[in-house]
Amino acid sequence: MLSFKDIRQGLLVALWFIFLTFPLLVIKINPIENSVNWRWLNMVYVGSFSFLIYLITRMVMARKLERQKKIKLGLVKEKVAWSIKLFSQPRLYLPLLAAVAVFFLLFPGLFSTYQVNIMITALMYVVLGLGLNIVVGVAGLLDLGYVAFYAVGAYTYALLNMHFGLGFWTVLPIGGVLGAIFGILLGIPVLRLRGDYLAIVTLGFGEIIRLILENWSSFSHGPSGISNISRPGFFGIELSLEMSIVYMYYLTVLMVLFTIFVVNRLQDSRIGRAWFALKEDEIACQAMGIDKMKTKLTAFSLGATWAGMAGVMFAAKTTFINPASFTFLESAIILCIVVLGGMGSIVGVIVGALVLILMPEYLRAFSDYRMLAFGAILVVMMIFRPQGIIATLRRTYTVKGDLE
Amino acid sequence: MQPILNVQNLTMDFGGIRALDHLSLQVHSGEIVALIGPNGAGKTTFFNCITGIYKPTKGDLLLTPPGKKTKKLNGLKPNKVTEQGLARTFQNIRLFPNMTVLENVMIGRHCRTRSKIFGAIFRPPGTRREEEEIIQDSLDILKKIGLAQLANEYAKNLPYGAQRRLEIARALATNPFMLLLDEPAAGMNPQETLELDELITTIRDDGLAILLIEHDMKLVMNISDSIFVVDYGKKIAEGSPEEIAKNPAVIKAYLGEEIEHA
Ligand SMILES: Nc1ncnc2c1ncn2[C@@H]1O[C@H](COP(=O)(O)OP(=O)(O)O)[C@@H](O)[C@H]1O
Ligand SMILES: [Mg+2]
Repeated sequence: MLSFKDIRQGLLVALWFIFLTFPLLVIKINPIENSVNWRWLNMVYVGSFSFLIYLITRMVMARKLERQKKIKLGLVKEKVAWSIKLFSQPRLYLPLLAAVAVFFLLFPGLFSTYQVNIMITALMYVVLGLGLNIVVGVAGLLDLGYVAFYAVGAYTYALLNMHFGLGFWTVLPIGGVLGAIFGILLGIPVLRLRGDYLAIVTLGFGEIIRLILENWSSFSHGPSGISNISRPGFFGIELSLEMSIVYMYYLTVLMVLFTIFVVNRLQDSRIGRAWFALKEDEIACQAMGIDKMKTKLTAFSLGATWAGMAGVMFAAKTTFINPASFTFLESAIILCIVVLGGMGSIVGVIVGALVLILMPEYLRAFSDYRMLAFGAILVVMMIFRPQGIIATLRRTYTVKGDLE
Repeated sequence: MQPILNVQNLTMDFGGIRALDHLSLQVHSGEIVALIGPNGAGKTTFFNCITGIYKPTKGDLLLTPPGKKTKKLNGLKPNKVTEQGLARTFQNIRLFPNMTVLENVMIGRHCRTRSKIFGAIFRPPGTRREEEEIIQDSLDILKKIGLAQLANEYAKNLPYGAQRRLEIARALATNPFMLLLDEPAAGMNPQETLELDELITTIRDDGLAILLIEHDMKLVMNISDSIFVVDYGKKIAEGSPEEIAKNPAVIKAYLGEEIEHA
């Protein structure tokens, strides 16, 4: 299957990588002895590794092309994706769903507080991912400053709690509403832009919010942040630390369920269809009588609402926040969750969040290589499965009566 | 009788290029009007000006919906124009490729339905009813167009001719009283063109006026009530199919195209 040309190309790729990594991995200068330590073995590793990787990619790609050709010629049927097979048969997915539900219900009883804490974080990212999914995955608006709304929510709770002693349950909706308001305020000027321009402006907005929080000390306590934020109240009963973590866990699970419910209903509605159509073709959408600005704005501000609520939960969970929690990296991670999981797919985003947040936690041994692995996974995914782990499927309708 | 669409001295400049030059055109209720002319004559630009995608440099666009007052279309956004009852298709097909055929038509119902976010989340009876109506109405349109058996297919998987018909179905879903079709027969085979011919006449018989851009002379001569010919943005002739076929200016503009053949 591999031709001579592929092997020659592979050697070139290997050479290129050796050249790129040469100064870093081969030369090691010892400043004390004033000598250079040549690590030739590393060069061999880099060379053979990149050579092999290249050949494997070529093989996989060639096989994929072959398949596509055959499908075109009608020799083989297009494979139905496993995820579609799974979800089209209640017999298969109902037991799975039940197992997942039981697992999450019993989670705090089965695992240590440490694990529960990690799971809470992961579930919060599920909420964030689902929120951003409305904006990016469904409506196709590339928002790189999503974390700004998350920060708005978190600081809303922190400040209202500190100054006025307001509780979690009061502030949760306020955080959502403030997120929405910020979404609308930013959206009105910015949503006229398209694609990459929108991405840059939202990115800038995210940084502005973070810089304000960092520098407006009298308002936000600057880089040192706000501590001693109250945990969520439980009918006025004082909970032990452990119990309050378990409580927080169930709250987060509830929040995830609520989000799934709402996002699912939104997607399957007049508005949700309009969002998706807008992503497909703006001009055709307008010609169909859809108000472009209004529709984009609802998607954008609804996404921001969820970020705001997630922010409130985040502040309540950690009881301490500072601007360092709201860097661009956060936005990037949430975006990765959406893209990796599968744009527009609820299950995909959930799986994406769990994989991307839990994996690094349990691969702490390799913590030095975390970002490397992260990047590698994204690159590999985008090459081999650009539609994400679970691809979206449009709803089909059966109507009473017939389809002839 | 008052025309339902009255375009007066429409002029459109792109930088130094004058794509439309004082073009006037009228469409009356229940008519099929054809707009023909060589490639680059400005026909699509004319549609884009009427439907609000371009802002005309000069000229008046007056629309008189049946039973309503005359309204100026100048400066209206494309979605507002559609709300007035003017729907269009595109020369280069612009469906929503990753949505199903039915959903494509359902999008057309958007501007005639009302439910908002609250309705989407809580689904009160009113919203449910509206949603059911959207599905039913869309399906009825698909049946009429002859695409009902493909309702749950992705739009991108349809054959070319079916995609063009789906564009018409989607436009009809917006409840227009006038339909603008930009080269609906482009790329169709003779059989498909014949079916399209029938479809357009049926739509007209349902009471819609149709403004049609078309290259297929046979189709145009067959079904049009009146024809406007443009070249370099200027109107060079107007009249009934018979008059146009005999017009020397038209024959010259088409130089060699078999216009008398039709
Ligand atoms: N957006 C635009 N910017 C600049 N020139 C345009 C634009 N749209 C159309 N034109 C020009 O206007 C003229 C008419 O184009 P068009 O309306 O597409 O012709 P037709 O549909 O009759 O083939 C062409 O010369 C074209 O290059
Ligand atoms: Mg054209």
